[in-house]
Amino acid sequence: MSILEIYEEMSYGTAPEGAEVAQKWLGDHGRTFGHFIGGRFVLAAEGKSFETLSPSTAKVLATLAQGTAQDVDAAVSAASVARQTWWELGGYPRGKFLYAIARQIQKHARLFAVLESLDNGKPIRETRDLDIPLVVRHFYHHAGWADAMETELPGGTPVGVCGQIIPWNFPLLMLAWKVAPALAMGNTVVLKPAEFTSLTALLFAEICDHVGLPPGVVNIVTGDGETGRLIVDHPGVDKIAFTGSTEVGRIIRKATAGTGKKLSLELGGKSPYIIFEDSDIDSAVEGLVDAIWFNQGQVCCAGSRLLIQESVADRVLAKVKARMGKLRVGDPLDKSIDIGAIVAPVQLERIAALVKQGVDEGADMFQPAWNCPSEGWFYPPTLLSNVSPSATVAQVEIFGPVLVAMTFRTHKEAVELANNTPYGLAASIWTESVNLAHDVASKLKAGTVWVNSTNLFDAASGFGGFRESGYGREGGKEGLVEYVRHPKSTRLGDDESAKIAALSHSIDRTHKLYVGGKQARPDSGYSLTINGQEFGRGNRKDVRNAVEAARSAQSGWAANSSHGRAQVMFYLAENLQTLGTESAVQSVFSVASRCDKMDGSAHSVPMRALCYTVNEPVGVIGIVCGDERPLNEFLELACGAIAMGNTVVVVASEANPLPAVEIYRILETSDIPSGVFNILTGLRKEMVPTLAEHEDVDAVWCFSPDVATEVERMSVSNLKQTWIGSGPQDIKTILGHATQVKNVWVPYGE
Amino acid sequence: MSVQDLHGLLNNIQRNPGIPLDLDWVDSIRINRSAVERRAATLPARRSVKKKNQVAWLLRAISCIDLTTLGGDDTPGNVQRLCAKAKRPVRSDLLETLGAESIGVRVGAVCVYHAMVSTAVKALAGSGIPVAAVAAGFPHGLSPFQQRVDEIKASVAAGASEIDIVITRAHVLTHDWRALYDEIAAFREACGEAHLKTILATGELGTLTNVGKASAVAMMAGADFIKTSTGKESVNATLPVGLVMVRQIRDYEAQTGFKVGYKPAGGIRTAKQSLDWLILMKEELGDAWVRNELFRIGASSLLSDIERQLDHAATGHYSAYNRHPMP
Repeated sequence: MSILEIYEEMSYGTAPEGAEVAQKWLGDHGRTFGHFIGGRFVLAAEGKSFETLSPSTAKVLATLAQGTAQDVDAAVSAASVARQTWWELGGYPRGKFLYAIARQIQKHARLFAVLESLDNGKPIRETRDLDIPLVVRHFYHHAGWADAMETELPGGTPVGVCGQIIPWNFPLLMLAWKVAPALAMGNTVVLKPAEFTSLTALLFAEICDHVGLPPGVVNIVTGDGETGRLIVDHPGVDKIAFTGSTEVGRIIRKATAGTGKKLSLELGGKSPYIIFEDSDIDSAVEGLVDAIWFNQGQVCCAGSRLLIQESVADRVLAKVKARMGKLRVGDPLDKSIDIGAIVAPVQLERIAALVKQGVDEGADMFQPAWNCPSEGWFYPPTLLSNVSPSATVAQVEIFGPVLVAMTFRTHKEAVELANNTPYGLAASIWTESVNLAHDVASKLKAGTVWVNSTNLFDAASGFGGFRESGYGREGGKEGLVEYVRHPKSTRLGDDESAKIAALSHSIDRTHKLYVGGKQARPDSGYSLTINGQEFGRGNRKDVRNAVEAARSAQSGWAANSSHGRAQVMFYLAENLQTLGTESAVQSVFSVASRCDKMDGSAHSVPMRALCYTVNEPVGVIGIVCGDERPLNEFLELACGAIAMGNTVVVVASEANPLPAVEIYRILETSDIPSGVFNILTGLRKEMVPTLAEHEDVDAVWCFSPDVATEVERMSVSNLKQTWIGSGPQDIKTILGHATQVKNVWVPYGE
Repeated sequence: MSVQDLHGLLNNIQRNPGIPLDLDWVDSIRINRSAVERRAATLPARRSVKKKNQVAWLLRAISCIDLTTLGGDDTPGNVQRLCAKAKRPVRSDLLETLGAESIGVRVGAVCVYHAMVSTAVKALAGSGIPVAAVAAGFPHGLSPFQQRVDEIKASVAAGASEIDIVITRAHVLTHDWRALYDEIAAFREACGEAHLKTILATGELGTLTNVGKASAVAMMAGADFIKTSTGKESVNATLPVGLVMVRQIRDYEAQTGFKVGYKPAGGIRTAKQSLDWLILMKEELGDAWVRNELFRIGASSLLSDIERQLDHAATGHYSAYNRHPMP
């Protein structure tokens, strides 16, 4: 095209980023890579390999080793050997290594960015301006945490060998989110990158080698899901950290059930993007580009469900369509490209099939008039409007550049629609009203809420989900918890329950269940005789009733002020004195005193924004008591949960339910609202499975080893949080389990 | 759309006649500064114009420049020099090497104080380059109202076909939208056939929300262009301010069908900045707004930097200012 023609047309032309250095790096390795184990690159033990392709050209980039059992064994054993010395090295020296890694990545930033774009298909603009800078920031931030560990997390020790399995959508960034905190806290890692996108992890391995990281601290084994399974199942692994699909998350939860492995999951989402009528609508529409057309929409927290207030819906949709027409899809290495290639044909097919289903179910589809490139795997930005919550595309994660839109009438309805999903990863709110923003932010079930912004990330702010979006956080102090073992509690066991058991009564007593604020006869009509007394034999229907009572009481109880909850708990402690059990009274008094002290914090993020953390209740918590401390454990756990705004269904000690039953009359005279504190007696085997499988239970704490594995295994259907404990627990630990962190980002400025 | 269609469209750009003041509309304008700044910051990173395309775009930028001198020490001599440069903005040997002679590039207009209008009109006679005059008590806009109106009329009479007026900032700061509307409507009337560019002096309006609202009122009152700055405020044309203003232009067109032009002025000194502004216009408003019928850049030193970049494109060598004829 001549200059005159361009002058008339004002077209962008192409602006390709050179890939020579990245191609040379691949060439220098003969386009063949082994695993990185024990500080050096090794060939696959059984010589199996697979090819990694470039999504924008469908051409082979390199051949990678397929990790087998032998490879995983070698990696885990290298990590085990290294763990002691790495921890004993101390925080400051570990921090220096993390700092060196950050510096090295920064020095080779463009190589990482180009390689990532080649391998993943995402635009160079994103890898250059977002992925790699965030990676660097993550290592710097955690270099600091390594040094600060001793003072900030006193008594904390590493978990051990961490198996880390990461997805293909942000290959190096997800590596950083996993590796940096693990290393900072003195753990060693065996990491498996996604099979579609392993190259930057291998370049990262070279950096580890270059900075002299002790062999075995970081091990990278490439391969597919089978390799991942080998890591999950390996007995030498102490913790699994996984980011990926909810489906695989469930498999991992099942596989690790009963093994004692710590687990953190960062899974899928269907995040709402709410535009209120009083928002800066142009900015809200522009935000959508970063929400759903960022990384081709292959983002776990993509704002994929657009909720628009009816009064501005037509205007917003017209603006969205106009904006979509300006997006450019094409060669990811072109600096003027907004949307690159979809990572693999299998994903492309899934996106196309879901869009077709959406249209079949009645959605109106809009795609810009221009065409995508024919070579490589591309999908155009797509808007499905006129979608109802019952449509498939409104419920399932599409993981592509597809936005579904629906409308709402009031902010109350917006919250209901937003929360009407099994997921709870992130949400965006657009409004210029400070009242509305904070009100809605507090009501959304999501680990991260962005106000007048979207997809903001920082190493200082923990990222992770509620509900089926997983558990555990990555980033910030809240993320370190996943990689630290806390010191054991020094709390004493109780002997008071013996006193209660010894109380004698001359008239026969009737012990029922305690559900919805009332003593209720067991549904079964049967009793169990324990220590010469009859107790209600709870069954699945009693569990159902108790959960229902707990659910309906939960939001009201959580809405009570922390001071209000404290008053209720203090009064409970006061009345417990009548039982004459001082240590139990003290434990409830301690919990009461903490009600108004689980403060959140404000993170120091590197932008003009308030990023605040609040500790929110988990919801409905099922508690399965052990038999060792039938009174104090029961009270410590249940009251800890309640103090934070949760409601509970407690399965009392099977061997000695009497202390729990004695509490009924104290609860009845207390100010604890009906349904907040529910107590069941009976056989664990008959009740715990129902509790663990119940979709409306948000967490199960199990202190009875006989059903622990079952609890973990059965938690998968709604991925409820599980806590397998034994013995006395530190109050901070209990309150930590009773809360989940929500991060709210509010950029400000007038 | 083909190039021919586009030209057809451009030749038919209908002048914005203005509409009655719509206070509900003004009231509904919401601007979120952080979000605007984020878009403004990432926009230049989302588009990159290189090589031949960059040459064409820089020539396009030249064609959109309102080459300006607004010094208290202006004389007929330096204004004549400026006009000569306006007609031949780039060394002809460079244009030849670049294969860009046929474009016949020249600047969008020459912008001067009233006292220099007749000098400029004479110097530019036959070139087709319009003369723009700053008026209405420029730069503060605080002289007596009738005097400001008369000033416009005098400049039009002297041959200025474009009038860059300033508004009373106090009307914006006190949210007296009626007074602002009436003032601009009166200036528009005084312009007659001359085109009215309304300078909002955005650096003195306090908030981006005020910038957005003032933009809307100016268009309702019949502005042909809205313009950021006089060049005399401490903060001049910035991309966030530009984004707010062009989005108002977009909404105004959507509501009324009239296309209003845009002129950032002050602080635009580098070739890269001129590309960023063109990208902003193309992305937010569309191809009609990357032509001088609807886009101008008020600048005095920008041209020199663009010349150096064109030199680099032609020779492969980084250039120096002294190799390009000064205005």
